[in-house]
Amino acid sequence: MIPPLRVISGKSSFRMKSSSMKIPKKTFASRGFYAAKQLCVGFLFLPLKGSLRTSKRFTPLHCISSRSFSFSMASRGRPEHQAPPDLFYNEEEARKYTSNSRIINVQLELTERAIELLQLPADVPCYLLDLGCGSGLSGETLTGAGHQWVGMDISAAMLDVAVEREVEGDVMQGDLGQGVPYRPGSFDGAISISALQWLCNADQKDHNPPKRLFKFFSTLYASLSRGSRAVFQFYPENSAQVELITQQSMRAGFTGGLVVDYPNSARAKKLYLVLSTGGVNPTLPRGLDGTGSDRAVESRSHSTSRPGKTPTKSRDWILAKKERRRRQGKECRPDSKFTGRRRPAHF
Amino acid sequence: MKLLTHNMLTSKCIKGVQEGYPLRLKVENVEVKESDYNQEFIVRLLPKIRYDAIYSAAKDAGIAEDLPDSLPEDAATSEEFLRKLHHVLLEIEIMAGELVCPETGRIFPIQNGIPNMLLTAEESI
Repeated sequence: MIPPLRVISGKSSFRMKSSSMKIPKKTFASRGFYAAKQLCVGFLFLPLKGSLRTSKRFTPLHCISSRSFSFSMASRGRPEHQAPPDLFYNEEEARKYTSNSRIINVQLELTERAIELLQLPADVPCYLLDLGCGSGLSGETLTGAGHQWVGMDISAAMLDVAVEREVEGDVMQGDLGQGVPYRPGSFDGAISISALQWLCNADQKDHNPPKRLFKFFSTLYASLSRGSRAVFQFYPENSAQVELITQQSMRAGFTGGLVVDYPNSARAKKLYLVLSTGGVNPTLPRGLDGTGSDRAVESRSHSTSRPGKTPTKSRDWILAKKERRRRQGKECRPDSKFTGRRRPAHF
Repeated sequence: MKLLTHNMLTSKCIKGVQEGYPLRLKVENVEVKESDYNQEFIVRLLPKIRYDAIYSAAKDAGIAEDLPDSLPEDAATSEEFLRKLHHVLLEIEIMAGELVCPETGRIFPIQNGIPNMLLTAEESI
């Protein structure tokens, strides 16, 4: 099957597709379409919802900058079908991403689980790679766990936010599909949170996803010291993507496998690819299933990743947040003995 | 960009480059950012770092006065040397400058402390 192509530079093809209004509704949802078409169809529908900054129905190629349209995670489908990561994560999106408390919490949880799966020696400060580090949300958790890290990301806007937030790790701008450019054996481990799925799409005409994935995994293998692990939390679109990724990682010499947390919950299900550079096949950690018996680390309320700040979502945090809202003059329910009460587990 | 990162960074992803190390450093703006000294971490780093590259990078950044020009034998136990190494590796931030590939001469700019290692389509495979 031909991988979906995004031809940003093809002026004529862009005009042709966006000027035809007769695209029936069902194609919007159809996954079989070329990503370029989806991008153009998105332009047609954006003005109806009022989120396109210009009032024109279609924005000519020379007017498009990353500022000329805003992206929405919820209603437009998967981010990697809307634009390449360096355009999707423009200044506005980077700011939204980093100030959204739900996203911060999710990233925190994912990173902590990834650190757990790394199985690093206890209480030893390690030198780690954060692949697709973005604005440093995951990196801050690494710092909180006592490690030094180097982050890599393709979006300049996200990296600028990371520098602004004064993350402890060093960040650099690079395309993972072009390779991980470090000396052999430099790092004790690597994590990647919510990033790997971006490598599965061809964002330029000359991109070949399997080749890029292989280049990424083989250079990563070299950059890691022997006997270390790389943990990737990612959102695969379908099982073909999972297969593509695991195939290329095996070709590069990694051993390991997939860990699935909460496999029975559509909402909570998370996929982690745990790879190892050691020769022996280590036993894979078990996926979480909500019974709580398999967690080796303490619950998150004891985590020290934000020292000096109340852990998020605790009762104190909720009461403080309500106070803040009252001070801002916003409507807020009165506090009672039920405020922030413990609720039964959902799954 | 910290000098520790510079010590690990290569340009080997460029087509045709064999090793691409060490990258020559041209410094335009340097800052010092304090960070906590962790002896265990520095000792663990000792087998990984290439000391000659650190020394020449420190000279380019203009901070090589305290450093010996080769790794002393008692490096793992000498706290004085480890503290100097910590200062050079983790507390010096290159905010603006350039990295130059030793084999192709390709320049990677450093802006706002972030080195840009993005390759063009011709340079990557």
